[in-house]
Amino acid sequence: MADTNFLKVPTMAEMVEQGKHPEVLFWVGCAGSYDDRYKRVITAFVKILNEVNVNFAVLGPEESCTGDPARRAGNEFLFQMQAMQNIEVLNAYEIKKIVTACPHCFNTIKNEYPALGGNYEVMHHSQFLQSLINEGRLSVAGGEAFKGKKVTFHDSCYLGRANDVYEAPRSVLEALDADLVEMKRCKTNGLCCGAGGAQMFKEPEKGNKDINIERTEEAIGTGAEVVAVGCPFCMTMIGDGIKNKEKEKDVQVMDIAELVATSKGL
Amino acid sequence: MIQIVQQLLFVAAIGLTGYLVTKRARFIYRNIKLGKDLEIKGDSNKRFANMFRLAFGQQKMFDRPVVGLMHFAVYAGFLLINIEVLEIVIDGLTGQHRIFAAVIPSGIYHFLASFFEIMALLVTVSCFIFLIRRNALRIPRFHMAEMKGWPYRDANIILYAEIILMTMLFSMNAADAVLQTMGNSHYPAIGTFAISQFLVPIFSGLSETTLVAIERSAWWVHIIGIFAFSVYITYSKHLHIFLAFPNTYFAKMEPKGEMTNMDSVTNEVKIMLGMPVETTDTGDSDEMPTFGAKDVQDLTWRNVMNAYSCTECGRCTSQCPANITGKKLSPRKVMMDVRDRAEEIGKNIDSNGGTFQDDGKSLYGDFITKEELMACTSCNACTEACPINIDPLGIILDMRRYVAMEESSTPQEWNMVFNNIENNQAPWAFSASDRFKWGEELRTQEIKKTVTEKENA
Repeated sequence: MADTNFLKVPTMAEMVEQGKHPEVLFWVGCAGSYDDRYKRVITAFVKILNEVNVNFAVLGPEESCTGDPARRAGNEFLFQMQAMQNIEVLNAYEIKKIVTACPHCFNTIKNEYPALGGNYEVMHHSQFLQSLINEGRLSVAGGEAFKGKKVTFHDSCYLGRANDVYEAPRSVLEALDADLVEMKRCKTNGLCCGAGGAQMFKEPEKGNKDINIERTEEAIGTGAEVVAVGCPFCMTMIGDGIKNKEKEKDVQVMDIAELVATSKGL
Repeated sequence: MIQIVQQLLFVAAIGLTGYLVTKRARFIYRNIKLGKDLEIKGDSNKRFANMFRLAFGQQKMFDRPVVGLMHFAVYAGFLLINIEVLEIVIDGLTGQHRIFAAVIPSGIYHFLASFFEIMALLVTVSCFIFLIRRNALRIPRFHMAEMKGWPYRDANIILYAEIILMTMLFSMNAADAVLQTMGNSHYPAIGTFAISQFLVPIFSGLSETTLVAIERSAWWVHIIGIFAFSVYITYSKHLHIFLAFPNTYFAKMEPKGEMTNMDSVTNEVKIMLGMPVETTDTGDSDEMPTFGAKDVQDLTWRNVMNAYSCTECGRCTSQCPANITGKKLSPRKVMMDVRDRAEEIGKNIDSNGGTFQDDGKSLYGDFITKEELMACTSCNACTEACPINIDPLGIILDMRRYVAMEESSTPQEWNMVFNNIENNQAPWAFSASDRFKWGEELRTQEIKKTVTEKENA
């Protein structure tokens, strides 16, 4: 038997062709599909899924924006057009369970698609990783990469306050034996990265500071070597903040999935 | 004779108070109903639990424990002292002083009266500290742009009024205690009380007539103060002492991240996409619906009730990332604007025989500017911070819907996002056909199949 194999990233269309049905659909999102930095997060997650033999699939070319930024910017028409087309695709494939690394996709599909006929069990990848750990399918113990390293977790608004997911990402970080330090504004009191509500896509209004700078200063203030995030927008905003503060050498911004993959040497 | 005059005056005072409060309550109720209908979803047991926890138990106030305790003291004092107020009202109507002393054992009466005094002292001390906090300590959220003028005075007036009311209560009880020792038949012997006993020395040298005058004056100032207070709060942010209850009961129960679906849009989108439309059309298609909110009438009644329940504490604003970084948005101001505009519309309706005459103004534009709306990151810090579950975010997002769909004046960068989503299925200007490039590239990466090997072994 060969020692090596190739990474599997099956699409739903291919699955159906082979008469198979995946355990879970991985909703990649636009950032994961196009943003170079965030592609590394998606890669890390795919590697984990391959490593523990999760029977998954992606929509691939059939995936489209969930419509979240359009809705938050006020364009309900565009949101519903997107949502209904996505729901049509998801329902055609009889999707039951979805995992996504983007809290905005997570929130929209989980909470807003049901009103338009899309009902699925939706998990954020931190919850999925936590369940893999809990079921014993994924073991992160023994990974030395982050043992005792100071890591702080930045709560995403759309994961935390919007959906009350605070513990899953933390329990994954704890499993890595990292030294988890909290920022003063965390969990329910977390401070936004500044990108939610479609702010990602425009210049901020006039003020005396950018929100991501305020947040980055707080993150750096903890003395953490790694700022862990669970959202593509947060990753960009905090990453920009770190560059602005010229701290790239001292502080890394990493997604939960990257931390797990790195600790497993994937 | 004097007794009868006093009783008549009292009836007049209570009648006037009842009339003014009722009139004002009807005005507010009508203004709340200016908002659109709203289907209240969710389990009513959970709603009651919410109300019990947040309004009755004030759970979120204890997020800041010291202030929480003081606020709780004022609240508990307010609730309990009402038993004493009831006795005073009976006194006013019937002329029967301290009626409860005649019907319950004197030991219990004495204990209760003393207990109320201790509550009254806690209220007084808390009000003093609140005054210092508001006026001497420069806590930023009490001194923002929207807190100038009336909102600033409103908070102080209430605190001064409460201190005066409590001082009157102590004076009345102390004078009463001295009168008891003089064997005045109108003042049954109960003894001195926990707090006012310390004021007794001040009054003990005075003549019986003077003491009766002091006791009655304090009594009148106390009860008239309470009547005036009842009318006053209907104009004040202190309306929260009543509206906190329905406000927490009817609060949004859906996940915070969920935006309400616009059903009026759903049908149109279905038609555009060639999907079957359920014809639940009720035939009232004579008027085009407004998409999003421009004025108070476009909001829901819950939004307007939120505005009347707002205590202007500013916890929302102090947590708002846009506000923290110096942007114009303040969720508290949004709530105050909604209330101010609802009042204005209400007065307009009343002075125009029951129908609203266009005044050329609207909530969006004249009260809340586009700049404020555009600064929101929809992070829900404001809704999380509110001790009584007010939802400024829902209002902000509904007004953004107006900006986008009725006014078509979203920022150029957002218009590009809209175009990109429509044409490329992503907010960025990448080709839709490149969407799965990442996956195709990954498929060429070799991996070690350690897990499979172990399983096969």
